[in-house]
Amino acid sequence: MKKLTEKMISESVARLCIDANLHLRPDVDSALARALSKESGIQAKKILKQLVDNARIAKADRVALCQDTGMPVVFVDIGRGVDVSSLDMTRAVNKGVREGYKRGYLRNSIVLDPLAREGASKFSPCVIHFTFGRHKGMRITVLPKGFGCENKTQLKMFNPTATIGDIKDFIISAVQQAGPDACPPYILGIGIGGTADYACQLSKEALLRPIDKPNPLGAVAKLEKELYKKINQSGIGPMGLGGNTTVLGVNIKTFPTHIAGLPVCVNISCHVLRSASVIL
Amino acid sequence: MSFFNDNFIKLLTRSKDEFSGLRAGDEVLLTGDIYTARDQAHKKLIELIRKGGKLPFDLKGQIIYYCGPTKTPPMRVIGSCGPTTSARMDKMTGPLLEAGVKAMIGKGRRSEEVRGLIKKHKAVYFLATGGAGAYLAKRVISVKPVAFKELGPEAVYRLRVKDFPLIVGIDSQGNDIFRK
Repeated sequence: MKKLTEKMISESVARLCIDANLHLRPDVDSALARALSKESGIQAKKILKQLVDNARIAKADRVALCQDTGMPVVFVDIGRGVDVSSLDMTRAVNKGVREGYKRGYLRNSIVLDPLAREGASKFSPCVIHFTFGRHKGMRITVLPKGFGCENKTQLKMFNPTATIGDIKDFIISAVQQAGPDACPPYILGIGIGGTADYACQLSKEALLRPIDKPNPLGAVAKLEKELYKKINQSGIGPMGLGGNTTVLGVNIKTFPTHIAGLPVCVNISCHVLRSASVIL
Repeated sequence: MSFFNDNFIKLLTRSKDEFSGLRAGDEVLLTGDIYTARDQAHKKLIELIRKGGKLPFDLKGQIIYYCGPTKTPPMRVIGSCGPTTSARMDKMTGPLLEAGVKAMIGKGRRSEEVRGLIKKHKAVYFLATGGAGAYLAKRVISVKPVAFKELGPEAVYRLRVKDFPLIVGIDSQGNDIFRK
């Protein structure tokens, strides 16, 4: 049994916060490069070039990719062979977030009181999802989610008799409503099934899968592909100025649900989709 | 390769006439001073205007940048400093234009009301590339805190920019790049 300390956890989280905010995920980086070579719109191409350059500059200058360094969502997946029984995990993770955001010169975007919009927080608390699995070790993933795109999230509770067409229309309309405002080209995280809250969590988890890897279920992978194609024909384009690059990826995650319902959550990510993981 | 390798317009922030000559879709490289202000700074500025209080800086002829930068890393002028979503400022734009603001920089669409106000005041709305905060930081040559320090990243900073790449979103005649 590997005994983990609070320091090991907070230090890992701190590093992940910096890594995620400074280094564009390789799958997103190559999707941008691919989009740049394929894009036909002139203004769209220029914008994609800026985005490719942005990732290079962020890395070289050690400056955050985007000034909105997000609200960190931290997934802690505790597997076998690790002992954390004596630790205050929530405290350890939040400590890591605070240290990482401070050390990385990232932005403090958290207000403690959501209504009064006051309270000088020190980068935390973050949102934490704890899960337990059968794998070995503890996996920690940090997903700093910017709010320009988080604000465009949509949840719909469909009837169980809804058709695939209804679901597609809902997803496409969510992207159209976001339009130019949430920094396209987008990456879509879509959660289907579970309960209302769980569909939202699934949509976030979907964003963690590399965008060049389709869903392992054939029918779901087909839906991802269809949506990807259809949305890229919408003409929204980079920054909403037209072009054939509106989404860089469509990731769906499904889960069993109730006979009376079909929750679908669309969580839009801007092109700066950030996440980083480690296994302890 | 330069991002704008052709047909961009070099523009100084202090020039008066050239702003009204811009048209939606024009690509601009802006040089001069701009002031950051986003949600909470807008709220404070508008309260001051309403109460007739003294503003921390003269808004007349200024350019407002909807931006809340990250902290400045050592040896850098500024941290990541891209635009935030402009639509959140729509309801607060009127009083600033009344007070003489001549241009705004942000990302995304504006309301029909704001488009009308821009036309009325012969102002301009520019788009900067969202999510290109590290890239845009390279075009900032100095930073000075101006007001509302207590707001942290939402404080007002004066940024001196050089060749800051922008696209005209709404021009002084009310033409809107997103409504073509």
